[in-house]
Amino acid sequence: MHFEFDQSAPIYQQLADQLEEMIFTGLFAEGEQVPSTTQLSQELHINPATVLKGMNILVDQQLLEKRRGLGMFVTPQAKEKIMEKRKEGFYRNYIESLIQEATKLGITEDHLLTLIQRGYQHDHTED
Amino acid sequence: MTTLKINQLTKRFGRHTILENLSFQLEPQHIYGLLGRNGAGKSTLLNIINNRNFQTDGEITLAGDSINNTPTALQRMYLMSEANMYPKRTRVSDMFKMAATGYRDFDLALAHRLTSEFEVDERAQLNNLSTGLTTIAKLITALCVDVDFVFLDEPTLGLDANHRELFYRELLKTYEDRPRTFILSTHLISEVQPLIDHVFILHHQHLIKDEAVDELLANAWAISGPAALVDQYCAGLTILDQQTISNIKTVYVVQPLDEQRIIPDQVKIEHIDLQRAFMVLTNGKEN
Repeated sequence: MHFEFDQSAPIYQQLADQLEEMIFTGLFAEGEQVPSTTQLSQELHINPATVLKGMNILVDQQLLEKRRGLGMFVTPQAKEKIMEKRKEGFYRNYIESLIQEATKLGITEDHLLTLIQRGYQHDHTED
Repeated sequence: MTTLKINQLTKRFGRHTILENLSFQLEPQHIYGLLGRNGAGKSTLLNIINNRNFQTDGEITLAGDSINNTPTALQRMYLMSEANMYPKRTRVSDMFKMAATGYRDFDLALAHRLTSEFEVDERAQLNNLSTGLTTIAKLITALCVDVDFVFLDEPTLGLDANHRELFYRELLKTYEDRPRTFILSTHLISEVQPLIDHVFILHHQHLIKDEAVDELLANAWAISGPAALVDQYCAGLTILDQQTISNIKTVYVVQPLDEQRIIPDQVKIEHIDLQRAFMVLTNGKEN
């Protein structure tokens, strides 16, 4: 497990994003307990109010749930929810920037499509 | 749970004004950062709040009562500073005993644990310790006294990177265990940025920022790109600092940006960290 912070966004947002990624990759499985605010605060040297703010983002998105007296757990449908959210953002986050960069490089639509196909074929030969 | 209020505080030394008309308050359960350039008056301010120096004007109140009229008020705050107030041949263990008699309570078990974590010999005399170990002994005292407000003036003076990390962790640990208010005055801004939730910036006698760290940083920007386009985008903004390398210009602003304003393609707008924000806010010479 490795958290890393930069200036791109507030720390609570980055913490939420990184915990989400850890849930998505299965580092924290559905139904499993995640580290407590106290643990994260002391290990990462982050103000506990900031950690709580980050965790609460994931609670609001129903990726984490509080169990009274026990701590914070990954919800049973967390991975699916993350998938949905990321699919919605896929066009904006990946396709738009891909086309932008391709345009800057003078890569035509046809060529870009060929490149994508090549990427898939390459992926298969790698398997 | 009480609030410590500083009302229109002014400090002059002769004709020299050190602090002018400062008003702010310290609420329960926060970790505050007090930032300022060398000589900005941070230590003077902390000394006045802790009754080690006197204000020229203004008032400090705890739960509404002036601290000068309330002797018990001073027992609820502790200032750890560079000043050595201990008699010669004072041992680390003596320091703990003195703190135990002067304040409501002292967590001796925690003090023992911390001296072992930091590898400080409690039998050692303070004046034989290195700068770093002296700081550590004072820090341990500050973390173990039972007060509502802990003021740490240069808490990392002489501490190596390993000991600083250990200090940050122990600070957060004791903060969780016994929530109270901490005020850190330091130049190591990048290191304390994630620890503090609110920042005060002293500059040219005035308090120029009194804001939650998140809010301050949400409006702190570096705008860079071709000089002409950057200038065009920044028209009307208060430019705090700028640098130009050939035709590439970077401009720093700390203010909300108008979301309607069109950002030229080659202009990049990025957030800056607390240290950079501090630098650009305190760069100017006095008028």
